[in-house]
This record gives sequence, structure tokens and C-alpha cells, in this order.
Amino acid sequence: MQWEWSDEEKMLRTAAEDFFRKKVPVNFLREVRSDPNRYPDLIRELWQDMANMGWSGILIPEAYGGLAFGFRGLGMIMEAAGHTLAPTPLLASVACAGSLIETIGLDSQKQEMLPALAEGRTLLTVAHEEGDRFGSKSCKARATPEREGYKLQGEKTMVIDGTLVDGFLVLANLPTGDQAWFLVARRDDGLELKPFQLLDGRPACKLSLRDVRVPAQSRLGGEAADGTAQDLLLDSASACLSAEMFGAAREAFQMTLAYLKQRVQFGVPIGSFQALQHRMAQMYSELELCQTVVQRALTALDQRDPQRSAWASLAKAKTAEVFQHVAREAIQLHGGIGMTDEHPIGFFLKRARINTEWYGSPAFHRDRYARLHGF
Amino acid sequence: MLDTFRREIQAWLAANCPASMRTPMTEDDIVWGGRNPSFPSQDAKVWLERMAVRGWTVPEWPQEYGGGGLSPEEARILREEMQRLGCRPPLYSFGIWMLGPVLLRYGTEAQKKSFLPPIARAEIRWAQGYSEPDAGSDLAHLQTRAEKRGDDFIINGSKVWTSYADESDWIFCLVRTDPQALKQKGISFLLIDMKQPGIKAEPIRLISGASPFCEVFFKDARTPAHNLVGPLNGGWQIAKDLLTHERQAISTIGQKPDEQSLEAFCAEKLGMIDGQLADPGFRDRLSAWHMDHAAFQLTLEREAALQRAGHSPGPTSSIFKYVGSELNKRKFELMMEASGFGSLIWEGTGSARELQLNREWLRSKGNSIEGGTSEIQLNVIAKRVLGLP
Repeated sequence: MQWEWSDEEKMLRTAAEDFFRKKVPVNFLREVRSDPNRYPDLIRELWQDMANMGWSGILIPEAYGGLAFGFRGLGMIMEAAGHTLAPTPLLASVACAGSLIETIGLDSQKQEMLPALAEGRTLLTVAHEEGDRFGSKSCKARATPEREGYKLQGEKTMVIDGTLVDGFLVLANLPTGDQAWFLVARRDDGLELKPFQLLDGRPACKLSLRDVRVPAQSRLGGEAADGTAQDLLLDSASACLSAEMFGAAREAFQMTLAYLKQRVQFGVPIGSFQALQHRMAQMYSELELCQTVVQRALTALDQRDPQRSAWASLAKAKTAEVFQHVAREAIQLHGGIGMTDEHPIGFFLKRARINTEWYGSPAFHRDRYARLHGF
Repeated sequence: MLDTFRREIQAWLAANCPASMRTPMTEDDIVWGGRNPSFPSQDAKVWLERMAVRGWTVPEWPQEYGGGGLSPEEARILREEMQRLGCRPPLYSFGIWMLGPVLLRYGTEAQKKSFLPPIARAEIRWAQGYSEPDAGSDLAHLQTRAEKRGDDFIINGSKVWTSYADESDWIFCLVRTDPQALKQKGISFLLIDMKQPGIKAEPIRLISGASPFCEVFFKDARTPAHNLVGPLNGGWQIAKDLLTHERQAISTIGQKPDEQSLEAFCAEKLGMIDGQLADPGFRDRLSAWHMDHAAFQLTLEREAALQRAGHSPGPTSSIFKYVGSELNKRKFELMMEASGFGSLIWEGTGSARELQLNREWLRSKGNSIEGGTSEIQLNVIAKRVLGLP
């Protein structure tokens, strides 16, 4: 296990931290929140800057115009984005859609889609959930083969960045009982978006597919019997969300630490009270563990480690629990000011709730982890 | 170069480590050495002697003090090869773990020459005299007095929680040498021979039963003034250094490599349904523990790797002590719960394993007290790492 970061990785970290602090401070979320219709334009503008640094192609092989920097690199950027809760398409388009195409796509599909993703010209997302929590309902959407291509029918929910993207990878059942992913363009007939605004102001959407007709080559991986790679999708999303959660939790912790040193009551900084010091020290210890498991999960993905699903579940369950704990404590330790909308700390609590539910709650991942460890 | 060294080590261990010394050990198999050493077997004696001759009871100490004179890389190879072969540690020793590093750093040449070789050869067994009845977490409040009279120090007072004091030959002690000074500034680090009429050691019985802990009483005990380590009234810095070593030792206790995994133990006790532990609530908590344990082990590994790569050691010993001992307590709670009624039997019909389990469960409660309580570790993290006032 490579615990030291390479010089290249360290440079990437510095560049990413710099970028988000300067360009996407927490207040960016207020802009997004005040006018959800501007979200696509705001993000696409940001995405061009990120693409110029190569981040849109961070996972994509060099042959398709990417940087091939791997999940350790992507995780670093997401951790830095977590510091300012920056909304980016990194999760939906890079960690999910991009890695799905790279893993199960046919050569022709990779040729067609990966360079456009790497250059930042195209944004995609994945549409797979149908229930009211991750994995709670099995897929009901149907793909019926027709003379030329497929007819898609069904409903999808919690489609991340759905209002922003050019296309969707939609999971659907075939009459054979197998499942497959289909690329559906945003403008395709029969596709309806039902946008909603999330807790933290970002938009997402539900998707309605009414007899959407797609050509045969839109089926990812062609006629392969099992082309779903759902474990890989869950692992990469979990590891990347964990990286973002770790970055955000650390930031919330640092803000709280600074506040405890500065806020004076009873004539002394409240950080001098042992009851508060111990809570901070406990959180700090937990954050140390989080840093380790995030790095382990990202490295396992890069190495195609056979244990990568267990590491990803560990990272997701652990960082979600710790981020939620830190965010709740951050509000409590900030006192009244922490309850105001004006203060940024509330956004961290909201993000903690969102990231905890996306791609499996801690209980979901503890169950999966136990299964993978045979108990 | 190192490859040659590794091959030599492999050959030497294969030829010199007796077969019975390559099997898992229990507490009864531990060799502590001392003036009246006891060995669980002839092989254990032979194994210790062979290792001591090479200086490999203390591989990294200089040869002139009885060590092996190995570089850190060579010592790591020796440890790896011993682990690969399943070799038992030939010797457990507070002299090696605690006093040795102190003497190497703070001792005079004469002290190093006279005290280190007997530690390396297991001839003298050392005890640690730190805590006192009124000085636990507030260690610097210690009251055991040492007064200079002629060429000697005269010691009066008592120490408590002194592991194996009743079986030790010498004791390294924190003593008050200046009662007028601020409490940290009047403490010295003194070496005292325990074989004298003024010293008495009495064992302490714990909630888990018999224990290695003792109370030690000093009544006009004497030690020559040249057994003072470091400057007079300069013992506190040494004490803090030593506690760091101790914390690291305690945080790595717990799972031995050959131990049955916790999930296997629980599966045996609770049963499985469709490949899952029969009790879903318990299973969720076990999974959470398993994750935390893995995260902790990996964090130890990460810290060790970063230190090897030349990063200065982080302020991690308090974090490790706190997290490690709390995890160990949680483990025993899960095991007791999984054992159900079986865990309740103190004596009589229970299996030996269950009788041992409930004693270990009780004993684990001390993990977050000894070597600095969890609360003290949290204080240290808050003040030294987080910079809180």
C-alpha cells in the first residue's frame, strides 16, 4: 500500500485546494440556490476551467484524451471540493458515467464518448434509482427490443445533475431478465425531466421515460449478457463521495476549532472548557481514521484490488457517520450563530445528509461489508 | 547488501530457533528474565541465550551495550523474518521497552555500561515506579521523597500500579527531590535496587482476579547518588518521553496474529442464517467495530510508513492510545454479549475459554486507565495538537 503521496499528487492537491477556495467558495451555493435555472450555465462555466486543468479527463485513459491519473487523483480533487462544498459534475459525470463507459463500453462507444467527456464538451449522468432510498427498490424500467434499437419505459429518481447534463445512462431490464445501461440523449422524445431542489440548493431531477426510442448502439457494452458493473459503480461513487465527505468534515471541524478559540464567554475563550475540548479531540481522532480509509478505498480502485468493495463500503459508512457527527457538533458548538442561514456551517450539515443517503446509508454499507467479510 | 543480510538471518533463525519456539504462545510462556529467572521450558532458555549472544534481544542497541548494532533496516528485516517463521519474542522486558531508550538518551557513559548489558542479557528485571496513591492522572503531584544524604539518596513514600514489582530486581522511579519547587520542576529520575530491607512490594487484586500490579513501599530505602539519571530535578522531561513509548506499546495490544477472528467467534456463538449472523442488530454493531478496527490498524500502518519515509512522527501516540484502548474494550463487550449466559460463569462448569473471556473483559476496562486515561489523552490532543487554551 502506497501511503505516501507522489510529488505529482501533491501538486494536484495544491492546485485543487487553491482552485476551489478562490473560485468556488461556500457562497457559490447561495447563487445556485437563488436561481436554479442558472445552475447549468454556472456549472458549465466552472467545468470549462476544470477541464482546462485536465480534471474532466482525470480517470480517462490517455488513448482517449484523458490524464489517466486514477481514483487517487480524482479523490484528491473531490476532497478539495469538499472544503468549500463546491458543486461539480465530478461525481455524476466522471466517477459514475465516465468510469461505467470505460469499464463496460464497446470500443466504438468509448471512441465516441470518452474524448468528449475528457475535453469537457459533454456531461453525462447515471439514472438507476427508483425507490425512496438507495437500493430499496429493484429496477422496474424496461427496455424492449424493437426492429431497430430499443424502446425504454420507466421512472427514475434522484438523478444527480440531471438538469445539467447532455445525456443519461439509464438502467433498464431486458425481457431476458438481464439488465443493461442505455444512453439516452437529453432531447430524445418521450423523456421528461421533473426537477427538484435539494437541501443544499443544488438541483437534481426525476426522469420519466415514455416510449423513448434509442438505437441499438446506445446499449452500453453491446449484447454482453451482464454489462451492468453495478458493484464498480457503487464502489467508485462511494469512494469519491467519501473523499468529498472527508474534505467537508475536516473543513467544518477547522471552522469550529477556530470559533472555539475566538468566542469569549465568562471572560474566557469557550475552547478552554474541557467539556468542549474532549468533543473536539474525539472528532479529530475520528477524522484521522477517515483520512486513512478514504486513501485505502481510492487506492484499491486504482489497483483493481479484489477487496475494493469492502474498502469502499468501509470508507462510505465511516466517513458518512463522522461527517454527520462533525456537522451536528459544529452547529451545537457554534451556538446561535450556527443556526443562522447567514453562517456557512448549515450548508455542511445539509451536505452531510445528502451524501449520507446517496449511494447507500451507513447501515446499507455495514450490511454489505459484513456480507463481503462472510458474517 | 540487505538481501544477503536477509538470507543470513533466515539461515541463522532456521538453525537456531527451536521448533517449540515457533508456536503461538500464551501468557504463561512469556520469559521475563531477572536474577531468578523462570523458563516455561528448556527451549525457551536456549532460545533466549542464543538471541542474547547475538545482541538480538535489543537489535538496534550499540554492541558495546549488549545490543546487536543493527541499522533500522536490518532490525526491520530481523523482525520480519522472525514473524515469517512465527518465532516467539525471546524476552519481555520493561528494561528494553522503557528504561533502555531513556538511558541511551539521558544516561552517563558509566550508567549505560553498567545497566544496559544486564538488560540485554535478561539478567536484571526492571519495574516502573511512576503512579502513586495520590498521583494518578496528575502524575506530577507525586510525593515519594528522595533526600540526598552523603553519597546516597534516602527514599520514603509509596508507588502503586507497579507491574510485577514483586518479581523485579530494580525499579526506575520518579521521586520528589525539591519539595519547594513548582511540581514538575522538583522531580528526578532515580534507579533503585529493590533487594534491600527498606522496600516492600505487595500484589493488588483486581476485579478480574489476580494481577501483576503491586503497591511498593519505601522506608528509608537507599540508592547511590550516581544512580540519578539526567539532571537533579530534571526528571519530568524524561518521564514524558518514556510515557510516549508506553502509550505506543499499549495502543498496539489486542489481536495476536493467530487469534480467532471476532466474526468467527460470534458466528460460533450466535449461529448463522443464510450466511449472516443470526442477530441482525448485533451484526450491525459487529460490522461497525470491524470497520473501526480495520481503520485503526491501517492508520497505524500509514503512520509507520510515513515515519519510515522520513516524515517526523505526528502527535499520534495519544490518538492511538485513546482509539486503541477504546476499541479493545468494545471488542470484549461484543464477545461477552455474544457469549450470553456462558459469559456469566465465574467458576464451576464453564469452559476454560469462557472463564478466561470474562476475566479478559474485566481486565480490558483498565486499558483506558493505565498509561494515561482516555480523558488525559483527549486533554493532550486538545492542547498539544489542536492548540486549545
